[in-house]
Amino acid sequence: MLSLLSSLLSLLFVFLISFFIITSHFSFPLSLLKLLGFIKFTASRDDDDNYKRDEGTYVVGEEELQRELMPRHVAVIMDGNRRWAKREGLLTSQGHEAGAKRLIEFSELCFKLGIHTVSAFAFSTENWGRHKIEVKCLMSLIQHYLKSKIQYFQREETRVSIIGNLTKIPESLRQTIHEIEEATKSYKKKHLILAIDYSGRLDILRACKSIVHKSEAGLIRKEDVDEAMIERELLTSCTEFSSPDLLIRTSGEQRISNFFLWQLAYTELFFSSVLWPDFDKDKLVEALVSYQRRERRFGCRV
Amino acid sequence: MAELPGQIKRMSGGIKQLLEQIFGFSRRCLFRIISMGPIPNHLAFIMDGNRRYAKKCGLEEGSGHKAGFSALMLMLQYCYELGIQYVTIYAFSIDNFRRQPEEVQSLMDLMLEKIKSLLEKESIVHQYGIRVYFIGNLALLNDQVRAAAEKVMNATAKNSRVVLLICIAYNSTDEILQAVKKSCINKYTYNIEASGSYKHEDTDSEIEAKDIENQEKKIQLVDIEENMQMSVAPNPDILIRSSGETRLSNFLLWQTGNSQLCFPAALWPEIGLRHLVWAILNFQRSHSYLEKRKKQL
Repeated sequence: MLSLLSSLLSLLFVFLISFFIITSHFSFPLSLLKLLGFIKFTASRDDDDNYKRDEGTYVVGEEELQRELMPRHVAVIMDGNRRWAKREGLLTSQGHEAGAKRLIEFSELCFKLGIHTVSAFAFSTENWGRHKIEVKCLMSLIQHYLKSKIQYFQREETRVSIIGNLTKIPESLRQTIHEIEEATKSYKKKHLILAIDYSGRLDILRACKSIVHKSEAGLIRKEDVDEAMIERELLTSCTEFSSPDLLIRTSGEQRISNFFLWQLAYTELFFSSVLWPDFDKDKLVEALVSYQRRERRFGCRV
Repeated sequence: MAELPGQIKRMSGGIKQLLEQIFGFSRRCLFRIISMGPIPNHLAFIMDGNRRYAKKCGLEEGSGHKAGFSALMLMLQYCYELGIQYVTIYAFSIDNFRRQPEEVQSLMDLMLEKIKSLLEKESIVHQYGIRVYFIGNLALLNDQVRAAAEKVMNATAKNSRVVLLICIAYNSTDEILQAVKKSCINKYTYNIEASGSYKHEDTDSEIEAKDIENQEKKIQLVDIEENMQMSVAPNPDILIRSSGETRLSNFLLWQTGNSQLCFPAALWPEIGLRHLVWAILNFQRSHSYLEKRKKQL
């Protein structure tokens, strides 16, 4: 009887597999999505609470936001520019341009809502592996935007800092970075941090090297090395609130991709399936409402 | 008449066994199908939601964690059946020491009991040939728990089929700090020894050689990674946190830079096969893209 059952089951599975293989010639994503959809339905029946909290089956308004519960530092991984461009029938460079515009609007909204620091993952160390033309285009886009917005940031009294390795970027971009940092360094109320050629691991390594160097020079004792000291040596120490309270990643990917590692220890993560150029005010308010509803316990009972 | 309840009990026991066998068989068939795609090598779990489960079911304070332990055994069984080689679990954080002393004590007692049970013949360790590591600042634990943990690590040191890493008294920032301190001390002693042999050099070419040596003496990424306690396992492919909270809570920050993150809403004692399958299907979906990106680098 068991052999009959097993042969029946294996026939069923063979049928399913051949069905998928045949449909894959026509539309692989479609058949896989259907399977995923079915499994998701059974797996996420109890995920309704999660979705209600995070994506909003109803319209959330700015009125729901409470000023005193605003995060002090919001970090964002701006993912989805290339997919957005493909969807709109545009070039990749236009996708990145739309992304840059979206970042300016995003930071303006955040500062208006009372958030002190906004940090954005503009270019990762791993992005050097992309096509040379795309990389060149990204570098010139960043340079163009920074140069053209110096007066805007001065008007808005926003301090701009660029963190990252910065040794491989073009000399002209490095000069523009120096210019904008100098022009805005005195402002204290709003802070925009751009991570260019940044890697979370290399940031920690840099901090470690700096500590070793100081300890060899006799400036600090090995016994005094603690977590606070490492945090002070990280690149995010340029701002008052170095650990983000909220991290937003767009385009549906649920990964950190080597952005802040140390700094994200207690950060609330928010993943949105929307592509970055489409992440408008409503989506930001959704993310903030979700953040404000969360109970942050930091390991112990509140 | 008196035999009837006995017969019914025997029948229901038999039916239950048959159902279990059928479920087990279909589960293994399902795993065979899933293994046709890429399977993660290392899975990490944050077992969140035990206290909320106890509250939800109206149980007494400590029973949520007991239910959580049974759920853990089930998940481990599924993972090792599927062929996942490394499983890491977040058992107790350094921050958790700040909870109420009674709760901390009851957790320590539960952990001591369960760690000791790992050495029994019928335990999952012997069933799957698991090598167990305890990762964390073990000096913060009481003597009994630490001794039990070390005993288990020694007893399972020869197993090589699959690995279970239990993070206890662990914080990722603490792990990185210890690794940084160790790298500093290693480099410091290396420099002291090396500089001893350079005392009598004055010529230019030898000063140049010394500069090159200096570059090598500087700390590299691999030095910190080697000194991490988690270096015994590769980076996790998937991190699953139950109870729907979307945060990392100071767990494996260094290692999960490129891991798939999953946040099922189910509380830890409610976690089941479907959540695991869903996480792995998602992993398979983005796997080919990530492999392409890795090759680019």
